[in-house]
Amino acid sequence: MKLKVRGVTKKFRSKNGALTALEPIDLDVQAGEFVCLLGPSGCGKSTLLNIIAGLDQPTTGEVRVDGEPARHTGTDRVMIFQNAALFPWLNVIDNVAFGLRMAGVPKIERQETARRFLRMVHLSDFESAFIHELSGGMRQRVALARALALNPDVLLMDEPFGALDAQTRDLLHDELQTIWSDTHKTVLFVTHNVREAIVLGDRVVVFSARPGKIKQIFTINLPRPRQIESYAVVDLAREMMTVLRDDVLTSEREIEQAVLRHDLEAQIEDGMRATFREVGDDVL
Amino acid sequence: MMFFRRWVANRWTRQIVFFAALLAAWQAFAWIGPLPDYVFPSPLGVAQSLARGFQNGTFILGIVASMQRILIGFGISAVAGMELGLAIGRIRLLDETVGSLVLGLQALPSICWLPLALLWFGLSEAAILFVVVMGALLSITLATEAGVKNTPPLYLRAARNLGARGWRLYALVILPAALPAIITGMKLGWSFAWRSLMAGELLYVSLGLGQLLNAGRELNDMSQVIAVMLVIIAIGLAVDRLVFAPVESRVRERWGLQG
Ligand SMILES: Nc1ncnc2c1ncn2[C@@H]1O[C@H](COP(=O)(O)OP(=O)(O)O)[C@@H](O)[C@H]1O
Ligand SMILES: [Mg+2]
Repeated sequence: MKLKVRGVTKKFRSKNGALTALEPIDLDVQAGEFVCLLGPSGCGKSTLLNIIAGLDQPTTGEVRVDGEPARHTGTDRVMIFQNAALFPWLNVIDNVAFGLRMAGVPKIERQETARRFLRMVHLSDFESAFIHELSGGMRQRVALARALALNPDVLLMDEPFGALDAQTRDLLHDELQTIWSDTHKTVLFVTHNVREAIVLGDRVVVFSARPGKIKQIFTINLPRPRQIESYAVVDLAREMMTVLRDDVLTSEREIEQAVLRHDLEAQIEDGMRATFREVGDDVL
Repeated sequence: MMFFRRWVANRWTRQIVFFAALLAAWQAFAWIGPLPDYVFPSPLGVAQSLARGFQNGTFILGIVASMQRILIGFGISAVAGMELGLAIGRIRLLDETVGSLVLGLQALPSICWLPLALLWFGLSEAAILFVVVMGALLSITLATEAGVKNTPPLYLRAARNLGARGWRLYALVILPAALPAIITGMKLGWSFAWRSLMAGELLYVSLGLGQLLNAGRELNDMSQVIAVMLVIIAIGLAVDRLVFAPVESRVRERWGLQG
């Protein structure tokens, strides 16, 4: 097992007491597997990813990489943030080479490596551009190249395409699938979009909201490469949502007798509703 | 009519007309007014003084001397201020101690350091440099400190995740991330330093623009006094507009801080 998440919880201290962001999370990810974490915003996906990256510490529990406790951040697990987090004071190639520079790789060598990965993400012509000159999609490509240049075993992607237009996003889905099948990376990919999760994931881990915990794990057996508008993906998305909705409804029905109708609605609202609505817009 | 309207609407036109009118009124008053030339010189007289000053080299020498002092003083302030600000911004203990000292000293106009500097260094270049440094150092320190404290945490997380540690994190991430704030601080520091230098040169010193002002006064040569004032204004403005403003706007654009 490449990644083991064992009993990870996270509490944040806030003004009105403690906020439980994650209830105990257990998750195993195999080497080379593409796992999507799906859930409404605020359910703790980023929190979990940051803990796996070693950028935050869990309140309890631990993360193991190749069996070793992973308490500190390291270049074996590189993060790709939603807004790319590129350095505006460096041009594109220096951004891509940044990790190699930190690792003490000589300049000529690291530039060569950086160029190779810029070719991979189709940005060879932009190596001396600065970040403010790039579109959102190009920035995510640079961030991907910057991560890949370090040749990490694990890529941690936190809603990397969340802010992109649909066309750019579809294009990046294709490129990411190609790169993933070429490089055999283990990928953890956070999204709140059901179809995106189905297109990319071998498995889709669905979170429920506040406090975040794993609700259900789906295995996606569709042949690759997958297209977001293909019937197979759309159908599966609808099916998954039905399962999840029924699930929410039955569990809610058990307590329904004791609870006023608007209370129930508020709870659903609080829970999976947010996802359903977003996803519903996408699907329908 | 259309042409005239557009002409008036232009900001430059309005400014040129204003300053031309000001000059004309000045010249007219100097001609018909009751005041003698050494009290109220005409703009033409000032222009002649300016030309004379540059032709006989005294202005050039003064400018070179003053610029030399400010470049050295400002350079020291920039380097020391950035390091001090970085340390204060990152180390809690320094923030609570040295940080509040810097904040307190900032309230003191830097020319007030001159008597102390004269006692320490005597009548020397070092004394005036000290005053210049005290003028720029504190604002560069405070700006760097603010910039460092406001570094977007995302940059730090990304950098740490990519393997940045120790001094490299400071030199290659934290400082550049704070650069927009640092440049604003330098701009402010420069104007403080320039004012302190002029005050210092005026009160004492061998050669420089401030001393030329004094010389004009001693010779009862008001047109030289005004000519030197114009040179001081011109240099102050030029450095601000031609050096700091373009750098500041380029950095802000690149850092994504403006539309
Ligand atoms: N540093 C923090 N301090 C306090 N609360 C936080 C912090 N980070 C996240 N949270 C809270 O934890 C919950 C989960 O956040 P997050 O992991 O960002 O959700 P997601 O990525 O799924 O949208 C949210 O309610 C959020 O407000
Ligand atoms: Mg998030």
